[in-house]
Amino acid sequence: MNKPPKTEHFVAPFEEGISFEELQDAPPRAGYKPTMAGWVGIVVVTFWAFIAFAGPWLAPYGENELPFPDAYSEFQVPQEGARLGTDVEDRDILSRVMFGAGRTIGISLAATLLAYGMGVVLGIGAAVSSPKVDMVMSRINDAFLSLPTIMLGLVVVAAVGSSIPVLIVTAGFIYASVVFRLSRAIGMEIMVMDFVESAKARGEGRWWIITREIWPNARMPLITDFGLRLIYVILFISSLSFLGLGVQPPQADWGSMVRENLGALQYGASIIPVLAPAISIATLTVAINLVVDDVSAHGGGKLSGRM
Amino acid sequence: MTSLILRRLGIGLITVLAVSIIIFFGTKILPGDAAQIRLGQEATEANVAALRERLGLDQPVYMQYLSWLMNFASGDLGTSLSSDVPITNLISDRYQNTIIVSTLTALIGVPISLMLGIMAAMYPGSVYDRILTFISVSLVAAPEFFTATLLVLIFVFALGVGNAVVVGSADGKGFFELLAHFALPITTLSFVIASQLIRMSRAAVLNVMNSPYIEMAILKGVPRKRIIFRHALLNAIGPIVNVVALNLAYLVTGVIVVEIYFGYPGLATLIVQGVQTRDFVLIQGLGMIFCMTYVVLMLVADIAAFVSNPRLRHPK
Repeated sequence: MNKPPKTEHFVAPFEEGISFEELQDAPPRAGYKPTMAGWVGIVVVTFWAFIAFAGPWLAPYGENELPFPDAYSEFQVPQEGARLGTDVEDRDILSRVMFGAGRTIGISLAATLLAYGMGVVLGIGAAVSSPKVDMVMSRINDAFLSLPTIMLGLVVVAAVGSSIPVLIVTAGFIYASVVFRLSRAIGMEIMVMDFVESAKARGEGRWWIITREIWPNARMPLITDFGLRLIYVILFISSLSFLGLGVQPPQADWGSMVRENLGALQYGASIIPVLAPAISIATLTVAINLVVDDVSAHGGGKLSGRM
Repeated sequence: MTSLILRRLGIGLITVLAVSIIIFFGTKILPGDAAQIRLGQEATEANVAALRERLGLDQPVYMQYLSWLMNFASGDLGTSLSSDVPITNLISDRYQNTIIVSTLTALIGVPISLMLGIMAAMYPGSVYDRILTFISVSLVAAPEFFTATLLVLIFVFALGVGNAVVVGSADGKGFFELLAHFALPITTLSFVIASQLIRMSRAAVLNVMNSPYIEMAILKGVPRKRIIFRHALLNAIGPIVNVVALNLAYLVTGVIVVEIYFGYPGLATLIVQGVQTRDFVLIQGLGMIFCMTYVVLMLVADIAAFVSNPRLRHPK
């Protein structure tokens, strides 16, 4: 092996009077100051994160506990003892929303992390591999991407049944293909940059290039996209649960709560049991979206262009 | 250009094949086989074996796949495991509602959202633009059943019009009667695709508005409306058609949730039933139909991008 000797890390001298950010192709600054909308998003997301962790301890009743064991009818109106009323099986809605928070958010977060683990490793891997390997990986990935996600989910659930681990792995695999495409595109973009060329010319190894050249530049867009992907996974998991194919009763989950209480709407039941979990999902996903929008506007807002 | 489109069609065909492999083998890992499920627990060994032979289940898996694919291509989707009825019969009873709702959504939701998006691009930064952007940013992340619940809350509970479920058959109804019949599902789906469409069509027009030739037109003193409709819009059509096709493809997903929410029979409710009863012949057939619709719309999106943008036709 006849590699040229490694040189010291090269630092380009800055011209006097030009700050780093004024350079034409400066990467987004690391510091992030939220705008008004960003703050609203951060507060709501923090609130739900707190409920997700502390919900089971804060909830006034158990997940399947009846606040009014002596009452004969379900769908009690909001009152002392059940602040949001009771649902189709006379369980406390507030408690179920709090239990559901942990489950919905926990499953989605685990699935998104799994998707990112697989997607980023394979995507960056494809970007630095030989064109042949890259092409095979991309074509296989395209086949998965060309399916509607919910349809893939339905096929998997039909085949192996629904349970929380199955949901996490299914959503993780499905969204890994999107993450793969994104991180491959970002990796490719960086691979043709001059500084990578010069690193290659210096004789740096592949690992060095991935960790020292690509990762620092790919980090910001990938982190922003993580939020976006989390939204889609939450919507995916809730939709599956809403169809009755996700989290199974009697476990509370926001999507399945909407489903359970929906049937009684046409008989004039209260809309709160449907509204409460639906609003929970919407506030959470919209808040994440606000934060993501805010962060990516700060980082140059090029994220949507890459999709 | 013809060769590019042909190549894209070829890729589309390969995608459909890949999809069929995923769907077929995805449902093949189910425990039990079609013959056993159809005959039930009491069936004798000999009966099951005979039906297996008749259904071709004794063949190797790849032969089963090939004959399934051939049958699918010739319009035979097999027999439902749970109800013993040919899938084509099940579908022909159900497809109307799904088609009507998607078509009406496309006919009404798409033009309105495009108009709103283009109007926002005409006056960027105005109050109208900012309100519209805020609403679409919020709605893009909300699930379909949240939008549906809000609509039910407003129309059924507050205003007392309509019904939280869609009841009755759509047979023999005129255009406006159908609109009234499916008002809530169509509005829900329109909202879902509108948020995307408004954002993207606004971005597409604004993107063109930044180009030098528009600046030239402004400097010449061309009126704003004429600039938008004669100069900018024609160049923004490619991206807009692309976004429209992508969103129509998204309707495939949205329609499943909406059909279940408003409780009317359609293809989507059929496939959910299939999953619940583990009727994998039904899932295979319907899964293919949904996925093919999706793939075809994606194809249209790609080809629209080619046709409208000469720069994509001649890649450097």
